[in-house]
Amino acid sequence: MSQLSELFDFGPFFDNFDKILEGFWATVRLSVGAGVLSLIIGTVLVSFRVSPVPVLRSVGTVYVNVLRNTPLTLVLLMCALGLNDTLALQFSDDPGTTYYWWAVIGLSAYTGAFVCEALRSGINTVPLGQAEAARSIGLTFMQSLRMIILPQAFRTVIAPLGSILIAMIKNTTVAAAASYAETATVMKDLLDLPSFSSGAIPLFIGVAIGFMILTLPTGFFFGWLAKRMAVAR
Amino acid sequence: MTDSGGGPDLGKDVAAEVTKVDGGPQDDNAGAAPLVVVENVNKHFGDLHVLKDINLTVNRGEVVVIIGPSGSGKSTLCRSINRLEAIDGGRILVDGKELPKEGKELARHRADVGMVFQSFNLFAHKTILENVTLGPIKVRKVPKQEAEKHAMELLDRVGIASQAHKYPAQLSGGQQQRVAIARSLAMKPKVMLFDEPTSALDPEMVNEVLDVMTELAREGMTMIVVTHEMGFARRAANKVVFMADGQIVEENTPDEFFTNARTERAKDFLSKILTH
Repeated sequence: MSQLSELFDFGPFFDNFDKILEGFWATVRLSVGAGVLSLIIGTVLVSFRVSPVPVLRSVGTVYVNVLRNTPLTLVLLMCALGLNDTLALQFSDDPGTTYYWWAVIGLSAYTGAFVCEALRSGINTVPLGQAEAARSIGLTFMQSLRMIILPQAFRTVIAPLGSILIAMIKNTTVAAAASYAETATVMKDLLDLPSFSSGAIPLFIGVAIGFMILTLPTGFFFGWLAKRMAVAR
Repeated sequence: MTDSGGGPDLGKDVAAEVTKVDGGPQDDNAGAAPLVVVENVNKHFGDLHVLKDINLTVNRGEVVVIIGPSGSGKSTLCRSINRLEAIDGGRILVDGKELPKEGKELARHRADVGMVFQSFNLFAHKTILENVTLGPIKVRKVPKQEAEKHAMELLDRVGIASQAHKYPAQLSGGQQQRVAIARSLAMKPKVMLFDEPTSALDPEMVNEVLDVMTELAREGMTMIVVTHEMGFARRAANKVVFMADGQIVEENTPDEFFTNARTERAKDFLSKILTH
């Protein structure tokens, strides 16, 4: 019976609610920073991958294949331990700030590869005639990409981009390994407290619900946006 | 001579442009050198030799209709004139200048050559008005207000002004194609290329597009038209070019061609399409 009472012991979760909220706030900040940056990186990468310049195309392909096939933990450890600690490339003297930015960069460098591939499949849905028409009125390659192709490509991949961002929000927990204190770090610290005796499962459940509060609306929002922005042909 | 980069002077005679689409460039030296020259052009798609030693001259203000069976290379020829298809041999000159290979030069060249496609290719995520103003604003650097004013005049001419704020998918095929013509005209091109502009249209919408084209031809626009519309060829063309198997088989006046074609291949083609 003692196991059963432990199952419903939400005491530790609510006792440390402010710490957990702080953790989630750190998660939100990391998600927003990495979300924005990964969209930018993905867009730049995809313009490399479809560019008429072979060198740029190769750079894009190599980047995507390396980052997409490396475990995120390695990418983030490389940023935090390799670049920040060993090579002393620091954004600030404040460890919180510098690890935050490295986490943002690592996470977006990784997520950007996925954004790039989603966008590339979006570009494939834009009829060739759109690019031909754009070129025929005298737009340069970059102009047609920016004004005609990418806006239409983005609209067709809003839903998959939503999935990528949801995966990214959950991937922020990996940043715990890279010295950035977010929800998973807080949770682990609580579990490691010598005074912590029961309530591990309620803690997990509470944190899981917290993530759902972040990700479910994200999913709904992107679903709604995809419908609203659909291009009629 | 207006070069393509010469944006500033383009807005000045907007009102005059409405009645005279071909304003500026070709009138200044009418009667001078031909506007489009195609010299010994060859093109392959893999093993397929689609253009074989093509020679063609189009003078200013001339309307040339290219006809022929499918697979004869007529669309490829049309598309190669603004380098949507690269050629393997020979050269193409527009207004005395050889087609640039790539990059900004090529974009500038294309701005001067209007193109109307079989499948309209209006920008699906932009309104009708935005479709027409995009080129002038982004390529010619015309101020937005001025571009919109000119665009509305062009849309009025092709009878779509009341739909200016709709999206392409909300218009019929015939309407979309007329917008596509307005979009090309907004760039004030030296020459207009039409690649089977009515082939994707419902029969009842063909005429509304042909009417706009006939009017353009009457106003002196230089046009190269790939089409199966023999009525249009008879009515509006100065010259008919008959292509088969990647070659120009016959070049003739419309009257001569339709009543008394010189080559057997052309006679054969005409007998197949004109008997019913």
